Amino acid sequence: MSGVAIVGAAESDLGITGESVLTLQAQAVTRALADAGLVLSDVDGLATCGVSRFSATQVADYLGLRPVWTESTFAGGCAFEMYVARAAQAIEAGQCRTVVISYGSNQRSARSRSLAGVVEEHTPEARFEAPYGPLYPFSYYAMAARRYMHAFGVRREALAEVAVAARDWALLNPRAYRYGTAPLTVRDVLSAPMVSSPLTTADACLVTDGGGAVVLTSLERARDLRRAPVRVLGYGECVTNTSMTAVDDLTVTGAVHSGAAAFARAGLVPGDVDVAQIYDSFTITVLLTLEGLGFCGAGEAGDFVAGGRTGPGGAFPVNTSGGGLSYNHPGQYGLLLLVEAVRQLRGECGDRQVPGAEVALAHGTGGILSAHATVLLGVDR
Amino acid sequence: MSEDFWEATRRRRLVVQRCLACGHRQHYPRRLCTACGGTELEYAPVSGLGVVDSFTVVHRAPAPGFEPPYTVARVRLAEGPILLTHLVGDTDWACDLPVRVAWRPLPDGRHLPVFRLARTDQEDSAHED
Repeated sequence: MSGVAIVGAAESDLGITGESVLTLQAQAVTRALADAGLVLSDVDGLATCGVSRFSATQVADYLGLRPVWTESTFAGGCAFEMYVARAAQAIEAGQCRTVVISYGSNQRSARSRSLAGVVEEHTPEARFEAPYGPLYPFSYYAMAARRYMHAFGVRREALAEVAVAARDWALLNPRAYRYGTAPLTVRDVLSAPMVSSPLTTADACLVTDGGGAVVLTSLERARDLRRAPVRVLGYGECVTNTSMTAVDDLTVTGAVHSGAAAFARAGLVPGDVDVAQIYDSFTITVLLTLEGLGFCGAGEAGDFVAGGRTGPGGAFPVNTSGGGLSYNHPGQYGLLLLVEAVRQLRGECGDRQVPGAEVALAHGTGGILSAHATVLLGVDR
Repeated sequence: MSEDFWEATRRRRLVVQRCLACGHRQHYPRRLCTACGGTELEYAPVSGLGVVDSFTVVHRAPAPGFEPPYTVARVRLAEGPILLTHLVGDTDWACDLPVRVAWRPLPDGRHLPVFRLARTDQEDSAHED
């Protein structure tokens, strides 16, 4: 458990914005600070990535800040869960007092997302994998799904249930990209256009603009601010691979380690979690992560999510915003996992609120199941 | 270093690094052994036999020059390391099926290692088809 809390949280504009990355960053930061009742000059720590080579410095320049602590670890979608850990440590060590973690992407408006991904010329992946034309990251998750189904006899329909639940949540979230559309069925998911078998377009996250920010400070100071503090209870991380061949067993992810570390630090067990925000780049990502974090055993996640158990009104609410599958996915989705976790713990979620939620989990996944980071958050009791 | 791997494909030889200190096999090639940290490694030929760890049929081209559908796979070599590759031939693929290396010619005389179903009742062609 740490003596640090999240005191502000906000999204930038979402969807198809036509805005620049830095505009979305500025929206997110100013809205999160307003939410916290703080001002720009309070900020002395900044963590962000995905802007430029000097991401944190770039955003600091744009905001007119000279932070004394910055963080720009690049780990894809889970970077922001890692930043929570680093920020908590920096605040507790006294290096800085108020940290903003932010993100913004205009990938949809800018049409900058490619099915080929980004393969840098000097990497082994460029020489040994790119010649075979895998879709990045799609084909890797597809192979993980195939292996998972084979190893445990899991039916294809189990993966689809994840997308169905995400859509049901999104229909309750006015900010969701799929809000106002129709419910999704298992048949819809299976009959959507195949991209990299067995996964269809409906197994994959959205490609949208979006961003967000959270503000952290000491718990002591947080108790004097306008919002109820959301405590950072625990965190953990593990990175495993960049290549598609490094991991021996595709069904076992770094979430095993990141989750165990986070629960140990918090003094909690999976059964203590009231609501979980679990990175859903693809449907399979959620199943593998649920197992890795210990919510169920190996091969059991299909049954765990079956029959709407993780959807609205289900026994274990997962991805209550609608997730990357139906709410928003701006390339690196992990920041928005934190925003939704905070809102659930503050009881701000309206129709999709999980009643009495006191402990929330946010788990980010980056790359091709490459990087994993878990954060446990809780109300201040 | 990775050139040695590709040069061997001119003679249709599949080679994988072996650590001279501990015998660990690894792919892709590196300047150190990921098992023991040793820095003395050699390329050693492998049998070309393996099993399908997993596979996916790609339906959209990631870049010009690719013609979907094609089957990308992780093949676990009998010697241990996993290769990313293609599965070729008219096979209803499943995980754990046995495969054998085949060679797809590249314009410069090298070959791309791909894999086809390993049959026990007949000699496999060294060519892709």
